Amino acid sequence: MAIQALSPDYAQHIEFRDAEKNFHGNRVVYVHWEEHLSFCSALAFPLPPDMPFAAFLEAIVKGHYNAHPDFEKIDWEKAEWMIDGVKVVPDMAKSLADHGVGHKSLIRFWTPGLSGYKGTAS
Amino acid sequence: MTVKKLGLKQRYAHMTRGLDWETTYQPMDKVFPYDSFEGIKIKDWSAWEDPFRLTMDAYWKFQAEKERKLYAVLDAFAQSNGQTKISDGRYANVVKLFLTGISPEEYQAHRGFAFVGRHMRGVGPRVAAQMQSLDELRHIQTQIHTISHYNKFFDGISEFPHMHDRVWYLSVPKSFFDDARTAGPFEYMIAIGFAFEYVLTNLLFVPFMSGAAYNGDMSTVTFGFSAQSDESRHMTLGIEVIKFLLEQHPDNLPIVQKWVDKWFWRGHKVLGIVAMMMDYMLPKKVMSWREAWDIYFTEAGGSLFQDLARYGLRPPKYAEQATFEADHVSHQNWAVFYQYTHAAAFHTWAPDREHLDWLSEKYPTTFDKYYRPRWEMWAEMAKSGKRFYNMALPQLCQTCQIPMAYTEPSDPTTTCFRHSKFRGETYHFCSDGCKDIFDDEPEKFAQAWLPVHQIFQGNCGGATVPDVLKYYRMNVGADNMDYVGSPDEALWNSWQAGAIKAAE
Repeated sequence: MAIQALSPDYAQHIEFRDAEKNFHGNRVVYVHWEEHLSFCSALAFPLPPDMPFAAFLEAIVKGHYNAHPDFEKIDWEKAEWMIDGVKVVPDMAKSLADHGVGHKSLIRFWTPGLSGYKGTAS
Repeated sequence: MTVKKLGLKQRYAHMTRGLDWETTYQPMDKVFPYDSFEGIKIKDWSAWEDPFRLTMDAYWKFQAEKERKLYAVLDAFAQSNGQTKISDGRYANVVKLFLTGISPEEYQAHRGFAFVGRHMRGVGPRVAAQMQSLDELRHIQTQIHTISHYNKFFDGISEFPHMHDRVWYLSVPKSFFDDARTAGPFEYMIAIGFAFEYVLTNLLFVPFMSGAAYNGDMSTVTFGFSAQSDESRHMTLGIEVIKFLLEQHPDNLPIVQKWVDKWFWRGHKVLGIVAMMMDYMLPKKVMSWREAWDIYFTEAGGSLFQDLARYGLRPPKYAEQATFEADHVSHQNWAVFYQYTHAAAFHTWAPDREHLDWLSEKYPTTFDKYYRPRWEMWAEMAKSGKRFYNMALPQLCQTCQIPMAYTEPSDPTTTCFRHSKFRGETYHFCSDGCKDIFDDEPEKFAQAWLPVHQIFQGNCGGATVPDVLKYYRMNVGADNMDYVGSPDEALWNSWQAGAIKAAE
């Protein structure tokens, strides 16, 4: 349905504030560690599309989730990944873009056997 | 000769009606360009009833009298060092939250009602909206004056207008009102006049004002009493506007229903900060958010919508979901501020044992299962010198702009993710309610100024947390972080120790 607006050509004059071109070569990427709701929401990062998945894992994921007591127990080989609703097995040598990570993509991961403080997803 | 005096009704009619004319130099549609594009059909503007029949001269006299009383109490509070007699130094953070998060919205409401008071073709609603516009302006003034006394002692208050336009969590109430004010005048009236001032207002004012009373803040209580007669007028206007629109034309029903659904959900999201204030921030608790929700929404709202059913209006679409969330929202929101305490302009703290027990009692189905373990884990971490902070920025909901901290309706252990595509771009939402609102007007919400994305784009002072806090004018080390260890706490403890500081 067309938007109800005073000006008939309103829809042509919209400024998309979060277009990819506004992020200086980066894409906004959201990351979320499932069953660890101590981190209140997914985390947001501006990342270059050609960042290798290995660098993403080391610098971004490991760099920001290490405050949780479960972090040290993670077996990264067993981590399960999902990008925009599709389960994937990441190739560490390939880039985020190679994995289909676009602007404002959501990367969720599960760490089997670890489901938060005393298993409460906290 | 006897001078005949007009009755109240006649006098009101003479002073508020028949002042308009049909314009001839310009067509009426150009003089009132805003009151038709929304699709609302009005057959007879004169059918508008104003039960208060307040005229400007009476308004002036009445409000002046009320404010004389208010300022006498504020003076007495200041002279008796009332700030030293509040329940605990933590209570000051409730006042900070009110001034930074609520008072600027009084000003926005003032501007919104001034707009409606100009742009509705019918003189009845125009006069009523102008009167409410003045009320809202008085409210922000009296709130600033009431709270300015706290600003002499406590941190985090002084930059509230600057912060309102910039700080990440203040974008939540700001964007709520920006949305309402950029809608047409009828949607504004349903959004603010009906959904907020009628359906949800008791969930905002009663908790803050009872909270003030329970915690020894006589100045804020007196402000509350002073505003009470205005609020009851606003509620009457809210109910009048919805009945008027529904009686005017059957085509108005689906439009009004859509706005009721939208603004109930938006209001529910904004009120999440009141929920956390009631359950976590008041040193002396009034009641739980769950109890307040049951009384003021489930019961009062239930009978309201029963009454409105004769017009074909049904309760808001996600009312049941909001009621379900009443068992979760305060815990989820306080956890957001606890982990982002370094970026908040008020102090946070973890609930102590007694407080945890109170929450367990008030939230028997959710607290022990989902939230108590989280606080206990964080307490253990803090004890071993590893107080939990979240050092990355959160993903925000495109509609309500709150961090996406809410869980699936069917599973409180899984974060709720929703998204939509619009013109090839992806937009994320915290809930079905927020997604619906976006999907109905994607052109509008695609333009949202999301604080996290603005930081990434380089529009908020720089790339690091200290850069951004400077841009917010947050006084790092005083305004932010935990209450324990803050200058506020040190001052409060010095008062408690008997060294009561003079007001000057």
